[in-house]
Amino acid sequence: MANEQVAKILDKNYQHGFVTEIDSDTLHKGLNEDVIKFISSKKKEPEFLLTRRLKAFQHWLTLEEPSWQSVHYPKINYQDIIYYSAPKSVKEGYKSLDEVDPKLLETYNKLGIPLHEQKILAGVAVDAVFDSVSVATTFKEKLKEAGVIFCPFSEAAQEYPELIEQYLGSVVPISDNYFACLNSAVFSDGSFVYIPKGVRCPMELSTYFRINEANTGQFERTLIIADEGSYVSYLEGCTAPMRDENQLHAAVVELVAHQDAEIKYSTVQNWYPGDENGVGGIYNFVTKRGVCKGARAKISWTQIETGSAITWKYPSVILKGDGSIGEFYSVALTNNLQQADTGTKMIHLGKNTTSTIISKGISAGKSNNTYRGLVRVSPNAKNARNYTQCDSLLMGDQCNANTYPYVEVNNSTATVEHEATTSRIGEEQLFYCRQRGIDQEEAVAMIVNGFCKEVFKELPMEFAVEAHRLLAVSLEGAVG
Amino acid sequence: MLEIKNLHVEVKNQKILHGIDLCIKPGEVHAIMGPNGSGKSTLTNILAGKDGYTITNGTITYLGEDLLEMSIEERAHLGIFVAFQYPIALPGVSNVNFMKAAVNANRKARDQKMLDAMDFLKLVKEKLNIIKMDEEFLYRSVNDGFSGGEKKRNEVLQMALLEPTLCILDETDSGLDIDALKVVANAVNTLRDKKRSFLVITHYQRLLNHIIPDHVHVLQDGVIVRTGDQSLAFELDKKGYQWLQQ
Repeated sequence: MANEQVAKILDKNYQHGFVTEIDSDTLHKGLNEDVIKFISSKKKEPEFLLTRRLKAFQHWLTLEEPSWQSVHYPKINYQDIIYYSAPKSVKEGYKSLDEVDPKLLETYNKLGIPLHEQKILAGVAVDAVFDSVSVATTFKEKLKEAGVIFCPFSEAAQEYPELIEQYLGSVVPISDNYFACLNSAVFSDGSFVYIPKGVRCPMELSTYFRINEANTGQFERTLIIADEGSYVSYLEGCTAPMRDENQLHAAVVELVAHQDAEIKYSTVQNWYPGDENGVGGIYNFVTKRGVCKGARAKISWTQIETGSAITWKYPSVILKGDGSIGEFYSVALTNNLQQADTGTKMIHLGKNTTSTIISKGISAGKSNNTYRGLVRVSPNAKNARNYTQCDSLLMGDQCNANTYPYVEVNNSTATVEHEATTSRIGEEQLFYCRQRGIDQEEAVAMIVNGFCKEVFKELPMEFAVEAHRLLAVSLEGAVG
Repeated sequence: MLEIKNLHVEVKNQKILHGIDLCIKPGEVHAIMGPNGSGKSTLTNILAGKDGYTITNGTITYLGEDLLEMSIEERAHLGIFVAFQYPIALPGVSNVNFMKAAVNANRKARDQKMLDAMDFLKLVKEKLNIIKMDEEFLYRSVNDGFSGGEKKRNEVLQMALLEPTLCILDETDSGLDIDALKVVANAVNTLRDKKRSFLVITHYQRLLNHIIPDHVHVLQDGVIVRTGDQSLAFELDKKGYQWLQQ
């Protein structure tokens, strides 16, 4: 297809770019020990958490921002970021949703996430995080009956400190990397999930993250523990207003799956990507990692990444338990001047562990899309198996797609397979669809969705529909 | 229905067609025969509206309107259908979804009610009989991993679904064994009626044994050198294209 046509299609409309006018309790810009103490006291945290935060901060000061990734951005001034912002009206312990500020409920309604339980998508419990605090968690009572804990992280820190102390940082330690370390010092809110032994969580759990306040960073922390023989499916969605400046989102997600437990973690990430000239947008620098602690545990990451100016993350699995399973299914779409460097790490420690990686990268406009993955088989991981498939789809001739698969095998009984393809949405394919009367935009959406099929089928039903729609919107105008 | 007058076409400054005249009336079947490189595919692409061709002279009128002013989709909506020689694959796009999208795009453009999944399935199952294919065919990706014969059948299935006014068959016989050729030809014959016209493009006369044309044109070096009836095809088959150059 001709270049100018490609350029035309890439005019995309970001639908979640509105700002909610709401009174906020917002800390001044900048980062120091007092700021950390302030956050901790706001959240009424137990002493051990504050100690941990301060330790992380001290360590962070000794670190340097990494530069090995294939993304480029101006240096971030960490003193120019607000580390805590909360809608004033959010009080602790709402007894019911009726107490929540109608403006906040309205915001989530606009985003298509109704928080009123009677209106909500059947079978999905939602925790809504607005800037630095959780505003509402639905279906809490019903979950409690099953013994499932699903609550804001800050609440968990007060109510279940022993679980937090035991598991927080057990997968992503303080010193793990620059952004995880920063998060460990300043994290604000997020979700906490605990599924007791043998329990199959009765509904999908979902957290919806929203950045609203300007100049604010969002540093959420999510911790999910699936005890022996349990199962949970967890969904994460994200949006932000359109703003000219870049905003930092540095989250940490930790998953722990005990023996015979399964965690399915799905993300539909649609942070504001910036405009067509690359002004504004979210820096999405996230650390996500799970550990299959016990035998036959399973962790499955599915991600649909369409937003953010820069996405930089590698949801990973440490396969410790014998016979444990790790999966990574990813669709990363970049348009205009977006950049993505994403992939996974599968660390095989136990015997007979298997991992599957399916990555679909779609690049349009002048964007840059990189898959970076590591498969490591340790000396003890007898009969470990990995299958990796990386496919790239290019639209137009001004974009880039790169694939960096790293493989380290230290056990001769391992089987590691890798397949990669690169294709272009062909003029011939579009011509074929159009000759059948299907207009260009629908044809592009159809071809792209076809390309992503293997990943979409891993998503829960409602999210699969959402993902289809999102890809179509993100590519609006991408071929014209 | 279709009137081509003095059509001159260039591709990258190379002249391909040098003044084609062709008039197709409703219900007629025209065959265009010609050797490789004679301009047959160019003519198909021009009628479909594909980019990359420069029309240096001439006009094409379709249903009384200027065809050259219309987009690819508009032509499709007005009933122009091309059964391609090499239908392209759309990996991951299921055949049934693709055909439903196509049928509904056309229905929408023609102000007809869109079909829901159930209605569409009923319709497509009827049409599957015409090309003697299993239902399993519907759930595969469009043309992906199809054999040559399956691709051609799939084209004819789409033709049956979209109910076009002008069907262009671009070397539909190439790569077909004799049984598949008969199935495809029979399917085309069931679609023949007083209002629907066909333009059959082929190298060989054998397809024309099954789809009997009203008129046969021979295209050579970008011009129509001879026009006749079915007997012209027989003669060509016997004597070869060289015969016309003498």
